[in-house]
Amino acid sequence: MASIDVRKDICVGCGACVPACPFGAISMEDGIAVIGDACTLCGACESSCPFGAIVIRAGETGAADLDLYSGVMVIAEQRDGEVDHSTLELLGEATRLAAADESSVSVLLLTAVAGEWSGKLISCGADVVYLGLAPELAHYRTEPFAGVARRVITEKRPAVVLAAATTTGRDLMPRIAKMLDTGLTADCTALAIDPDTGGLLQTRPAFGGNILATIVCADTRPQMATVRPRVMKAIEPDPDRKGTVEELAVAPEELTCRTEVLEWLPLEEGEVDITEAEVIVSGGRGLKSPENFAMLEELAGLLDGSVGASRAAVDAGWVPYPHQVGQTGKTVQPKIYLACGISGAVQHRVGMQSSDRILAVNKDENAPIFDFCDHGFCADLFEVIPLVIREIKRRRG
Amino acid sequence: MRMVVAVKQVPDTSEVRIDEERGTLVREGVPSILNPFDEYALEEAMRWRDQLGGSVTVVTMGPPQAEAVLREAVAMGADDAVLLSDRAFAGADTWATSHTLAKAVERLGGVDVVMTGKQAIDGDTAQTGPGIAASLDWPQITFVGKVRELTEDGIVAERYVEGGCEVVRSSLPVVITVLKDANTPRLPSLRGKMKARKMEVPVWGIDDLGLTPDQVGLDGSPTRVVRIMTPENPASGEIHRGEPEEIARLIVDQLLGNEAD
Ligand SMILES: Cc1cc2nc3c(=O)[nH]c(=O)nc-3n(C[C@H](O)[C@H](O)[C@H](O)COP(=O)(O)OP(=O)(O)OC[C@H]3O[C@@H](n4cnc5c(N)ncnc54)[C@H](O)[C@@H]3O)c2cc1C
Ligand SMILES: Nc1ncnc2c1ncn2[C@@H]1O[C@H](COP(=O)(O)O)[C@@H](O)[C@H]1O
Repeated sequence: MASIDVRKDICVGCGACVPACPFGAISMEDGIAVIGDACTLCGACESSCPFGAIVIRAGETGAADLDLYSGVMVIAEQRDGEVDHSTLELLGEATRLAAADESSVSVLLLTAVAGEWSGKLISCGADVVYLGLAPELAHYRTEPFAGVARRVITEKRPAVVLAAATTTGRDLMPRIAKMLDTGLTADCTALAIDPDTGGLLQTRPAFGGNILATIVCADTRPQMATVRPRVMKAIEPDPDRKGTVEELAVAPEELTCRTEVLEWLPLEEGEVDITEAEVIVSGGRGLKSPENFAMLEELAGLLDGSVGASRAAVDAGWVPYPHQVGQTGKTVQPKIYLACGISGAVQHRVGMQSSDRILAVNKDENAPIFDFCDHGFCADLFEVIPLVIREIKRRRG
Repeated sequence: MRMVVAVKQVPDTSEVRIDEERGTLVREGVPSILNPFDEYALEEAMRWRDQLGGSVTVVTMGPPQAEAVLREAVAMGADDAVLLSDRAFAGADTWATSHTLAKAVERLGGVDVVMTGKQAIDGDTAQTGPGIAASLDWPQITFVGKVRELTEDGIVAERYVEGGCEVVRSSLPVVITVLKDANTPRLPSLRGKMKARKMEVPVWGIDDLGLTPDQVGLDGSPTRVVRIMTPENPASGEIHRGEPEEIARLIVDQLLGNEAD
């Protein structure tokens, strides 16, 4: 059984581990750290100890034959045969990872008709496209996608399997990982190969973005991760790149499914999914009333963007919940995020801090949002935003 | 309808502060709470129970003090509760957590629906629900914003996904993960609170679930955290002050870049 020990000969009682514990499980007794019952063996204290006095030991586990696995496999995401941009980003990242040990990049595309996508995937970094075609695979459904992917992974033995951390990737990957009895790291924002072990270092935000954890999957393969969209960079497509397409046989019994998609209701015209927006104009309690959001809507419209909101604005009933950004709302990564009358509480911040550029209008110069925005504007939004709208119209003539 | 809701005790991340000097989390005095997303799963299960009859059992895996969230759930209206607690469970990743929770669902027996929150606010993984479904080999419906229909014959639920809403039907038994959109959770009732205070919470350990040490906790976990750091505070940018007209021009420069001029 796994254990955690404080080495009494090494611990100097400096106390660095006490605040490092996310569970408040460590106390100092007689100048030595003592680990209490709330400990979950998360490892935060182990890395916080400047002296290496805290040791976590895992029990015996039989390691799989890791050398049998190589290369990076990307699971493509598609709807109606259109491959999602996140897949191309993953291919870009996969080529960088595969370069570390000169292994190959494959992509698994399950769909009804591949069209020209096999070629596009090769030009964007795939050495091999595994293509599974069946009319039942036109739309994502958990069971057939998981069943086929699991079989292909077992046969092809990639060392790493990546999918986007979209609702589809986050539905599919945990299912596959559990079936394959291997590890899965959610919503990674950085990946790297450990030069010592050759293993995948998977870094992700946790605790509402307050910490970054690096996670490894040492003894089982493949190493699986979902990766946050819009974080990795796709490579420039090169039509001369060479690759192969291998069509997979899909057996009818692999397509059986206990769920059925009855209806697909795309967002209505004008109703935008803020997670897809390139520009977000967001409003908080500083907007004071629902009527004032019309101003933000007009501005967002001029910029082909969407309107976001803080929880305070949503709770006040000024804006519907689908627009909420933050820990209990959506996570967004637009090119521009303009926060108007939002203080920048940590729960809001975690939902928007990976935006390319953050602009903030706030009349309080001590508002926390000014600590992490790229351009802060200390001003009254009711004066400034109408002028911004006017100025945009003027410049465009 | 026999329903199980998996709930988790989490540190209230809104209270977590960063010690800038040491670059660590300041956890002192940070309260532990019922994972906010799990309240929606619990409310959804209770609404259907109120309509169809049956029961809602809350289950958590955690250290002994995690019992508090079970009592909170019973105060809100859950019928009964089970605490999965064993020193061997410590350090579980989502593989081991879902495996352990799935065994508890099997031991409870006759369960029609398992509901979980969309994600836990400490780990933010959203992997436990699908993991339970895979362990049990049940179908799953994740990111459910609305349950339209629930009968002995099946469930119809709306998944809120990128670009729209997918209406999905599934047979029972099923695992669903619930979004905040689904409902507004009720407050604890006086009767519930009394019941919660008096209730004996059964505690199941590794032997009760027929598990072995290599399947649970840190040893049963394929993943391990090797490093924890505090994200670098992105250098805060310039703060501009001035006349509204001047500020507006600067904002438009940022918004339009070199699009126009
Ligand atoms: C478990 C939990 C989850 C949460 N999840 C989320 C979440 O997902 N998303 C979220 O946003 N919050 C969330 N919160 C709430 C969060 O803590 C804050 O309360 C919320 O973000 C504050 O919203 P706000 O910035 O609009 O309001 P306030 O904090 O009240 O800030 C309003 C700002 O507007 C400025 N202002 C006022 N008038 C003007 C004016 N005329 N011109 C310019 N500036 C002006 C003020 O100076 C102030 O800075 C959560 C909280 C908890 C406990
Ligand atoms: N230790 C646990 N005990 C009970 N339920 C859990 C536990 N961990 C996660 N869950 C459930 O799984 C959901 C998703 O958690 P996570 O995968 O950690 O983001 C939570 O909202 C809970 O419903």
